[in-house]
Amino acid sequence: MDFNLSREHQLIRKMMAEFTENEVKPIAAETDLNSEYPRENIEKLFDLGVMGMCVPKEYGGTGADPLASAICIEELSKQCASTGDIVATHNGLCCDPILTHGTEEQKKKYLPMLTTGHKVGAFALTEPNAGSDASKGQTEAKLEGDHYVMNGSKIFITNGYVADVFVVFAMTDKSKGTKGISAFIVESSFPGFSVGKHEVKMGLHGSPTAEIVFTDCIVPKENMLGKEGKGFSIAMQTLDGGRIGIAAQALGIAEGALNEAKEYTKGRVQFGKPISKFQNTQFTFADMEMGCEAGRLLTYQAATLKGQGVRYTKEAAMAKLWCSEHAMKTTTKALQMFGGYGYTKDYPMERMMRDAKITEIYEGTSEVQRIVISANMGL
Amino acid sequence: MSTFNSADIAAFKDVWVFCEQREGKLMPTDFELISKGRDLANELGVNLCGLLLGGEGIEATAKELGGYGADKVYVCESPMLSVYNTDAYAKVICDVIEELKPEAFLIGATNIGRDLAPRCAARLHTGLCADCTHLDIDVANYIQFLREASTLDVDGQKWDMEDRNLKMTRPAFGGHLMATIICPRFRPCMATVRPGVMKKNPFDQAKADACVIEKPAFTLSEADVQTEVTEVVKAAKKLVDLIGADFIVSVGRGISKDVEGGIKLAEELAAELGGVVGGSRATIDSGWLSADHQVGQTGKTVHPKVYVALGISGAIQHKAGMQDSECIIAVNKNDTAPIFEIADYGICGDLFKVTPLLTEAIRAAKAAK
Amino acid sequence: MKIIVCVKQVPDTSGKVAVNPDGTLNRASMQTITNPDDMNAVEAALKLKDETGCKVVVVTMGPPPAASMLRELMAMGADEGVLVSAREFGGSDTYATSQILAAAIDTIGVEKDDVVMCGRQAIDGDTAQVGPQIAEKLNLPQVTYAADIHKDGENITVKRMLEDGYMTIKVKTPCLLTCIKELNTPRYMSIGGIYETYNKPLATFDFEKLKDHKLIDPSTIGLKGSPTNIFKSFTPPQKGAGMMLEGDGKETCEKLASILAGKHII
Repeated sequence: MDFNLSREHQLIRKMMAEFTENEVKPIAAETDLNSEYPRENIEKLFDLGVMGMCVPKEYGGTGADPLASAICIEELSKQCASTGDIVATHNGLCCDPILTHGTEEQKKKYLPMLTTGHKVGAFALTEPNAGSDASKGQTEAKLEGDHYVMNGSKIFITNGYVADVFVVFAMTDKSKGTKGISAFIVESSFPGFSVGKHEVKMGLHGSPTAEIVFTDCIVPKENMLGKEGKGFSIAMQTLDGGRIGIAAQALGIAEGALNEAKEYTKGRVQFGKPISKFQNTQFTFADMEMGCEAGRLLTYQAATLKGQGVRYTKEAAMAKLWCSEHAMKTTTKALQMFGGYGYTKDYPMERMMRDAKITEIYEGTSEVQRIVISANMGL
Repeated sequence: MSTFNSADIAAFKDVWVFCEQREGKLMPTDFELISKGRDLANELGVNLCGLLLGGEGIEATAKELGGYGADKVYVCESPMLSVYNTDAYAKVICDVIEELKPEAFLIGATNIGRDLAPRCAARLHTGLCADCTHLDIDVANYIQFLREASTLDVDGQKWDMEDRNLKMTRPAFGGHLMATIICPRFRPCMATVRPGVMKKNPFDQAKADACVIEKPAFTLSEADVQTEVTEVVKAAKKLVDLIGADFIVSVGRGISKDVEGGIKLAEELAAELGGVVGGSRATIDSGWLSADHQVGQTGKTVHPKVYVALGISGAIQHKAGMQDSECIIAVNKNDTAPIFEIADYGICGDLFKVTPLLTEAIRAAKAAK
Repeated sequence: MKIIVCVKQVPDTSGKVAVNPDGTLNRASMQTITNPDDMNAVEAALKLKDETGCKVVVVTMGPPPAASMLRELMAMGADEGVLVSAREFGGSDTYATSQILAAAIDTIGVEKDDVVMCGRQAIDGDTAQVGPQIAEKLNLPQVTYAADIHKDGENITVKRMLEDGYMTIKVKTPCLLTCIKELNTPRYMSIGGIYETYNKPLATFDFEKLKDHKLIDPSTIGLKGSPTNIFKSFTPPQKGAGMMLEGDGKETCEKLASILAGKHII
């Protein structure tokens, strides 16, 4: 067992830390305040090969492994969880299923778009009446000649109003429940595709979340991803991988909050000494640090297993559950150390705390993660 | 020329100063270096000579150098020397040095001096110390200097009081360490000297009149020059932003009783220091200064050489942006203001009274240098 | 055409600098970085590579761990690295360093349309001497303080900064340029670059490799070959707790001004 990162992974961490410090940190507060999609930084991340990094070279990517992608998301999320989310969604929920389940033609057409083509990707599963229970989806795709006609809507779609390529799940046979779900690659330019309401959220303001609507949307037959009726399994498999991204994002938020609190408490003097010197502060830090380390091990383990092509469903769920709950705990406690200042927008703590909350909810709530973990325990 | 051997140190004599001119005008650094060179020449008991290169007629400016202490000025005139050019200047200087063999050669650490000096030192095969802020020959003087400027236990060390090497002291590692460099085996011992550091002697007309001008022979042809200067542009110093500024004068809530007046006083002080004006969050939120002036947690993090805080109490958010400044000067009416805890120098008083006095005092101190 | 860029790994003096009780720098406690001005030189070289497809070779003299810096620069896009490293080279001052680097660059080979680039100065020593001294040893024309570089075939036009303006200088290749931060903003490593960097050639030039070069002689390299020696090194007196000046009048301000002048702050 080797707990050291490879030399490439170490360089990737360094590169992303520098990028985050110089490009992400300076605009993170503004991105949140104005609910602004950090377009310039996403363009730069395309230039640097971070967007779609796990796509093999022949399709325009760099052939990086899932651990490399997790490290990037973690570093970005230390300063801006929205940026981390956009990358996690693009890499884990759009590029990954197309790479894993796509035909050669689909890969040749879409993966270069999602890498060198600077087109952003998204994933559309959730519906108003089908959250954790995806089998109740209402979106339908009916085959008519050489194309499907899609009708319905999807909500809470990350990258919803900026993405060009969507992996969409729709019923091709309602009578079969989850076995009647199929996956499709849908371009925002397809006739009948439209973006609905932009969500106003508690946090993650820089991440563009929207409803997307299909009104007799024409999807070419060859855009079905995987076999007919295999959509649910593709979705679950994709979410297993996506959870590594959310685990990395939550880990980054927790580490970011911990770093901010360390800096602050060393400089903040009360009762004649820096508050970092009080044992209550120190014990709190010890718990934060330990939780981050545990989360890092879980996350890197899940990512490594995925890279090895081994089943990692339980490990990804554990990483996501642990890191998201730890992010919530850490941001709450870190904010407390800032006292009244932490509650203001002068410091990033309240933003980090708001951003942390979503990680306990999306890509499977904490409750769903517990279902997944226990379902894999042979009970 | 073939006889030149930089290791034959007994063959070298006199202290020389390279006198830089731009557009036919001597640089302030020349007078500073001539003044310092005078001390060194006295300690060595040798002549102090200026070396002046320029276009036809530059000789006319040479005598002025005598007024600050030069016994002699070597003048090299050529149309090819009117504008600085590395190749031409290095060729002439090295030829003259090889012929006349000075033992020490000082050059101002300007952008030109720092281009020229290493080229010459490499050609002459001798040592060069960059950007010196202190120079000594006499060991006793050097020991006295260490007493004031170092934490060394000078009395616990053995000293060779007869040592005649030029001791060249300079900051390293961003000023966190100081090093004294010597060049014991080669001559001339060369140093570039930081502009503005050495004290200028008072001008003495009689000495200027007595200064000897010599024109050593040199050869210079087009073939010696591999670069071509196509234009020289004088530019007004471009507006520096807070992050790159060496001097920042910031104002806080303390200017509230006369906002415009307070900012004007800060601007005058900043102008005198060659710096820019910043502000605490209160001044930005109140609309007194635009947001790009803000120093602190929600503004910019700065580390200038000098940070002057006028009427700023020093809340933690403000300190986060400026506490790594090399030198912090605080002026505040309230003697318990937290800004004084991190200030190197504090004045408890009204900024409207203190600031103009400080501006004037700094102007006077700079003029006296 | 190729561009040879000289780089140095330095302690990061921009943050807090730790000094040992004996007055030496506590290097172990400090991060190392690629010297900032050298990064501008690398970026300038990579820009020319983007335009012309030329080769970029990064060269450093330092202990073996400096190879990691070369890998980072190759992950940014440099094609080859050369680590000049030997016990015999240790303790070199700028003269001896330039002697060794010039020998290394000459061994790599400077051809008709090549350019050598350096940062203006390194943040540990701040001498700005090694660039011009390499140029002298290689008999190349130099342009220092480059804030803008245009290359058109063998003709290079450089905006060379002065304190009070700038000069425009024309020079032909081969030549040596030293770069300042105004020149550009260095790029980041890229993911693709990182995966390629360990497959790129990185040569080590040790004493054996360079010893027969005409510039390499025990009397011109290393501690013994350095014309300058450190006579003393010391720390300035610790920055004590702040000092409250008495009064708020003219004398107080004059006192403060004289302190600042005495410390060469103004």
